[in-house]
Amino acid sequence: MPRAFYWLMPHPLLTILLTVVWILLQNKLSAGMLVFGLILGIIIPVITQAWWPDRPNRFRMSKMISYSMVVIRDILVANVQVAIIVLTRSNESLRPAWIVIPLDLKQPEAITVLAGTITLTPGTVSADLSDEGHSLLVHVLDTDDPDAVRDEIKDRYERRLKEIFV
Amino acid sequence: MTELAAALVAFCLIVGSIFAMVGAIGLLKFNDSMTRLHAPTKVGTVGIGALLLASMIHSWAFGDGSLHEVLIMAFLFVTAPISANFIAKVNIHKGACVTPPSPSRDDTWSTLNVPEEDRELADTSQN
Repeated sequence: MPRAFYWLMPHPLLTILLTVVWILLQNKLSAGMLVFGLILGIIIPVITQAWWPDRPNRFRMSKMISYSMVVIRDILVANVQVAIIVLTRSNESLRPAWIVIPLDLKQPEAITVLAGTITLTPGTVSADLSDEGHSLLVHVLDTDDPDAVRDEIKDRYERRLKEIFV
Repeated sequence: MTELAAALVAFCLIVGSIFAMVGAIGLLKFNDSMTRLHAPTKVGTVGIGALLLASMIHSWAFGDGSLHEVLIMAFLFVTAPISANFIAKVNIHKGACVTPPSPSRDDTWSTLNVPEEDRELADTSQN
């Protein structure tokens, strides 16, 4: 039974996501749309399975939700901070800096989520990955202590991501 | 009830347009290509988010209700960092910004990583 289930749904979460996106695209919920969404949600992961090798095999959805809440809160707070910087500070008094974040994360999916989070929170933009994928280059708009920014990103986001992608 | 909804819609529209304007001011004001990149990330998150929230409140209060905005938001959150990342990579590649420090564990950044046999070609194209 688990084997048949695995054959039918290689990515159960992707199946749910595709179904939800399909229903949202239709903008109304009906039984027919739900069934058609489920058909798409089952067929697409099976067909595309070959192009996603080494996917993270464990993914904690509950931790991901709390992580999203933290990120949304940070986006709101940091947006106001950066808006104040844009409106009040002169170009000369800005202290932009590059910071290098040594990565403990290994999976490409986890690193992608971390880089996306860093770019979405205003004030920091993730710029590049080192050639072997062990460091992340981040540009900071204004900081007087680059090391503190690095430690905050590692402690606030990377530590949580390590618990999500086990 | 409709007045409250209208007031909420107006509030969200104002907040969204203020953040969009701040993003545009930042884009014009900053003088370095990397600091300039910080401005669009603001517009992409809270600015667009507040405008979409206004659209959603309006459609639920005065129309049939719509959840398309949630999808727009989700796609924006997924795609915005990628375009920002590509602009940053172009800046590094063209040397339009302060040269980044070398990575702590590996040899070089992937944008600056030129294969051995292409070194000569890369040197001539930069001059």
